[in-house]
Amino acid sequence: MIQTAVTIAIICLALSMLALVYRIIKGPTLPDRIVALDAVGVNIVGIVALICIKVDTTAYVEFILLFGILAFIGTVAFSKYLEKGVIIDHDRDR
Amino acid sequence: MIEIANIIIVLFIILGAFFHLIAALGVLRLPDVYTRNHAASKAATLGVLCILLATFFYFYFHESEFNTRVLLCIVFMFLTAPVAGHLLGRAAYHHGVKMEGSKVDEYEEYIKVKKSNEPKKYEAYKKKLEKNL
Repeated sequence: MIQTAVTIAIICLALSMLALVYRIIKGPTLPDRIVALDAVGVNIVGIVALICIKVDTTAYVEFILLFGILAFIGTVAFSKYLEKGVIIDHDRDR
Repeated sequence: MIEIANIIIVLFIILGAFFHLIAALGVLRLPDVYTRNHAASKAATLGVLCILLATFFYFYFHESEFNTRVLLCIVFMFLTAPVAGHLLGRAAYHHGVKMEGSKVDEYEEYIKVKKSNEPKKYEAYKKKLEKNL
């Protein structure tokens, strides 16, 4: 029962990732693309958690944690770039 | 016992996949960045919470292993997702993306008053806001 549900869920997540990739390619503005990229990161975390159940191992759990952190840092860097045009700046005013 | 656990796990997995599909649908169909960001940051976070909880329950009931790292993943996701959503919304506004179908922009006025560096103007603006409340 669990194996069937996991397979269905992986297919659903793959379909949703397809939709997000469409938004990344098409997205009219740059922030649209970054929002979709952020959602793709969350999607990858979900897929890896499902694969953990599917192959019955806890080896990929560290990957989930690490990828969550990396996706968050990437989103923060992108949004700083959008707001100011630089990622690392020298004035500590804001 | 294990059958009930299986039903709970399957329920959480299907719920998580459903929320992920809704998030993707929102990103695909909604009209502008702010609504898309709303769909992506809320629905996708709930979906990933459901799937990670299912993973935790699976390892707890089938392998009798209390996996703390999965719980840590849940906590971390819930800490970072709202922050990332807020930062993206702010960055989109400062990048100059207009809201679809709305002509009122009160934040623009606030930024103008704040950037003008005149305390009197700022106080007057604050008083006006409080009166409107």
